[in-house]
Amino acid sequence: MNDAIDISHVRDAAFTAEVEARSGQKVASCYQCGNCTAGCPAGFAYDMQVSQIMRGVQLGLKDSVLKSRSIWMCLSCSTCSQRCPNNIDVAAVMETLRHMARKEGHITVPKVEKFWLSFLNTVRAFGRSYEIGTMVLYMMRSLRVYTDVDLAPTAFAKGKLGLLPHLTPGGAEPVERIFRRYRERAKREGGRP
Amino acid sequence: MNFAYYPGCSAKGSSSDYESSTQAVCRALDITLEEIPGWNCCGSTPAHAVDTELSAALCVRNLDIAARQGADLLLTPCPSCLSNLRAAARRMEKPAFRQRVNELLDAPAAETFPEVTSVMQGIARQIDRETLAARVQTSLKGLRLAAYYGCLMSRPSELMRFEDPENPLLMEGLLSACGAEMVDFPLKTACCGASFGIPERAMTARNSGRILELARRLGVDAVVTACPLCQMNLDLRQKQAGRACETSFHLPVLYFTQMLGLALGLKRNELGLNKLAVSANGLLEKMDNLRRADAVEGGRS
Amino acid sequence: MRIGVFICHCGSNIAGTVDCAKVAHIARAYPDVVYATDPMYTCAEPGQAAIEAAIHEYKLDGVVVASCSPRMHEPTFRRTVERAGLNRYMFEMANIREHVSWIGKDMEANTNKAAELVRLAVEKLRNNVPLTAKQFDVNKRVLVIGGGVAGIQAALDCADGGVPVVLVEREATIGGKMAKLDKTFPTVDCSACILGPKMVDVAQHPNITLYACAEVEDVSGYVGNFTVKIRKRATYVDWSKCTGCGACTEKCPSKKSPDAFNEFTGTTTAISIAFPQAIPKKAVINPQHCRQLTKGKCGVCAKVCPTGAINYDMQDEIVTEEVGSIVAATGYDLMDWSVYGEYGGGNYPDVITALQYERLMSASGPTGGHIVRPSDGREPKNIVFVQCVGSRDKSVGRPYCSGFCCMYTAKQAILTKDHIPDSQSFVFYMDIRAPGKMYDEFTRRAIEEYGTEYIRGRVSQIYPNGNGRLTVMGVDTLLGRQVEIQADLVVLAVGIEASKGSPQLAEKLRISYDSYGFFMESHVKLKPVETNTAGVFLAGVCQGAKDIPASVAQGSAAAAKVLALFAKHKLESDPQIAQVDMRRCVACGKCIRCCPFGAIKETEFRGEAKAQVVETVCQGCGLCTSTCPQGAIQLSHATDNQILAEVNALCQC
Repeated sequence: MNDAIDISHVRDAAFTAEVEARSGQKVASCYQCGNCTAGCPAGFAYDMQVSQIMRGVQLGLKDSVLKSRSIWMCLSCSTCSQRCPNNIDVAAVMETLRHMARKEGHITVPKVEKFWLSFLNTVRAFGRSYEIGTMVLYMMRSLRVYTDVDLAPTAFAKGKLGLLPHLTPGGAEPVERIFRRYRERAKREGGRP
Repeated sequence: MNFAYYPGCSAKGSSSDYESSTQAVCRALDITLEEIPGWNCCGSTPAHAVDTELSAALCVRNLDIAARQGADLLLTPCPSCLSNLRAAARRMEKPAFRQRVNELLDAPAAETFPEVTSVMQGIARQIDRETLAARVQTSLKGLRLAAYYGCLMSRPSELMRFEDPENPLLMEGLLSACGAEMVDFPLKTACCGASFGIPERAMTARNSGRILELARRLGVDAVVTACPLCQMNLDLRQKQAGRACETSFHLPVLYFTQMLGLALGLKRNELGLNKLAVSANGLLEKMDNLRRADAVEGGRS
Repeated sequence: MRIGVFICHCGSNIAGTVDCAKVAHIARAYPDVVYATDPMYTCAEPGQAAIEAAIHEYKLDGVVVASCSPRMHEPTFRRTVERAGLNRYMFEMANIREHVSWIGKDMEANTNKAAELVRLAVEKLRNNVPLTAKQFDVNKRVLVIGGGVAGIQAALDCADGGVPVVLVEREATIGGKMAKLDKTFPTVDCSACILGPKMVDVAQHPNITLYACAEVEDVSGYVGNFTVKIRKRATYVDWSKCTGCGACTEKCPSKKSPDAFNEFTGTTTAISIAFPQAIPKKAVINPQHCRQLTKGKCGVCAKVCPTGAINYDMQDEIVTEEVGSIVAATGYDLMDWSVYGEYGGGNYPDVITALQYERLMSASGPTGGHIVRPSDGREPKNIVFVQCVGSRDKSVGRPYCSGFCCMYTAKQAILTKDHIPDSQSFVFYMDIRAPGKMYDEFTRRAIEEYGTEYIRGRVSQIYPNGNGRLTVMGVDTLLGRQVEIQADLVVLAVGIEASKGSPQLAEKLRISYDSYGFFMESHVKLKPVETNTAGVFLAGVCQGAKDIPASVAQGSAAAAKVLALFAKHKLESDPQIAQVDMRRCVACGKCIRCCPFGAIKETEFRGEAKAQVVETVCQGCGLCTSTCPQGAIQLSHATDNQILAEVNALCQC
């Protein structure tokens, strides 16, 4: 018994087609030169290199791709897209995969999602992002209470962090309404808000 | 000249020094920035990482405000905001997408939006090299600087349309007009690690460390940035970056507006230099000494 | 008229979805058709014999074959009817395979369509008239454009075949890119040693006239009778007097002239001889850098020249040559790799092209064959080779493979180890393309015997790391890991493009070129040397990427084509050409302007200006016939009446 991937069984062509349709990118034109991986600033934190993700999408390996750690660690810096010899917007493919993974409920790196949601919570509450609020929410969510405590003294001393949220003049209600409509729609459509 | 202005959230928090120096420099160059009323967060990376339509809705609300103000150009200092606003405007060109986003808004958005560009480009558009050079009060001559744009200013290139995406030279043009020596800085568009400083510290520490390491090897007096997040990673997180590279750095990291402000002879407290985590005092001293030496030289001749 | 119709089964290719017997039955009812049948294979010998027999038996004066595309077999059947005594143009073909049986499965619909196409062919044939080709003389001289190894081979083979050759070379010396190479793969023999003798043969061959520093200015005429204007650029040296002694180059005070032969790795004097084995070995002045020509004072070379060959007042000169055939062998140039900002865009002195590296390795190069870094003259230890820089890269508009880079990189890695034994070479590659004889073995040698480290993956960025070295950010896709190399020197395998000015030359030669400027062959597989213009042939990289053996082979092939053409004393012109009706022509000149072949000229007819078709030049494209506002030009064998007869028939179907 070996642990070879039985491609005839695992290959999901519909997944490949969906990634292409959602991202607007022709994944088939990737010839695996690896340029995206070569320049990726987050590659050291990936479990599958970005060129391997692209290969996985080509081959329709839905599970390995959507459950990868890499799609959560992508910095969205677009170095890969900028230098792709086949004009593939690789960063757009990574983002598409992240959206698809969330929809399917695969949150391989919860702390990253927790950080994003913490950030968005403050935006929803105040209309603008609020660093301390994001941090506190994030620490509560992730139980990583010591996150960046080393920076706190300098940050406060230099007035880098405002203790109070900066409220949107005219209130944050319009933004709150955007979030509310978004959540309602996401729930209706069966996604993860 | 008046421009509609979107400061972005960090202007009111972690990068208030970027904001104050931007305002001061623009004032000195006769550019008036008119903050659009009631603006909200563009959603930054978290919004588009979670959902493109949510991200666009947050951005479009701001674009809509600017459009209803009758602005034809909207300036923002932050590359991340710029990227989100431009991407949203681009996506709104597709009717199906526009409809989905409109459903999230209180009222359907304006049909067309003003073009969004960076404060840096706005300044360069308004003030040519000669004019800027003529306004210089305290030359930056003798200072060796690295211009660091970060990854978002020029990428994705067809969206941002910011010069040569691999080798932008706009900041070099502005600062060399003020007399600074700009080194060729090949990592000028490399990513600093962005907002991963919080959930995954190694990401910012390693990437920022690489950038600071090269800057140090090139013997620069300071790194000059245009992005609040980059500035925070290179400056506030400089110790973390040093630890990741098994070294320690001591490199001032200034906003390009702070550097321009120094050249234009603006008050140093107006430029928020006291907010820098890595002190710029050494840099300022060097500058003062250089100019004193000039004065002595000038007096002799 | 008595017409015979043959509906071919083509085995089951046509008969599988067309009822051929039924089509033949329907055809019997068409006007003038006296005989119709449906053979199994019409093009086979029995099939052709049956046509001949039918012509005799039924006294046919026209034949329609309904079968495949006319591209392949129209000439076959034209010869068949000709053997039976008919004029070859009293034949028509209906394509019921590519246009019917291969594209539809409905037997009834296919059968009807086939019958309709046969009806069109019959109506066309009923309007046909016999046409006869005209004969004309051939000027048995050939022009070879480009003196690289392909052009040299073509020139020598033609000259050895007894044909006078005019060889035009844009640079100051022949030899092309091969002359710049240090060694050649897969035998690692000295490039100059194997090319040199051929270059000398060119200089000494009594049948070859060489124009160096010259370019083709204008081409007119047609196969067998071309007139070519050649611009000889001013060299400011009278080559009839210059002995190539080199006294001038030794004394020239302007020593900062860019050295194109050395790929700008060094500088040369304003008056120079490209390299020691240059053919012709004559001095040339670079007018942009000559002090006499730019500032009006110096004159050192004129003073030291023992033969008085220097002439500062020399002007360009146009010479005219008459030839019967032309071989284009214009080769390639490197693409402008400065588009790769991530590799420094040409701003880092220690990131160089592979061709520059050849010059650094060559004993006749600027460093005397010692490999050193251009930035500081130090010997490099870690050398990184990057493949496919401007090849297989859609993002810079170069999707094609440059063909020979894989091999020369293996060679350069081997030579690097020979030059600097304690060096280490790394090659970033995507695929190793080594299909030639002994090629794959050669790359294996580079890896196994010379320890070259091949790393599968592209390079994302190269930058000076502040420590005097270059950081190369790459990937090993086989490991699935990012890799980084601190390099002393980076050599880029820069992709090729058609040599500068290729599209313009193609326009002059009236041949096609692709979107990258490479000249188009007449048929990718079966006519790789011919072009769509009769008498113009291709050799070497101007047609597409190829290495030295393939370029030499194509040079010889082009020469064979020239010699075969010249084996005939007279050539026949195709009678399917435009004809001007003098009564209708108002001499508006629109046809002259639209003709892509320059085949129409203005003439005088009974005191009036009229258009006249040069029969030997006209290619029968029909542009003029559709442009002429008076309907005064008809294309023989595709006249308005013939086309309308077909349209009429179609409308009645």
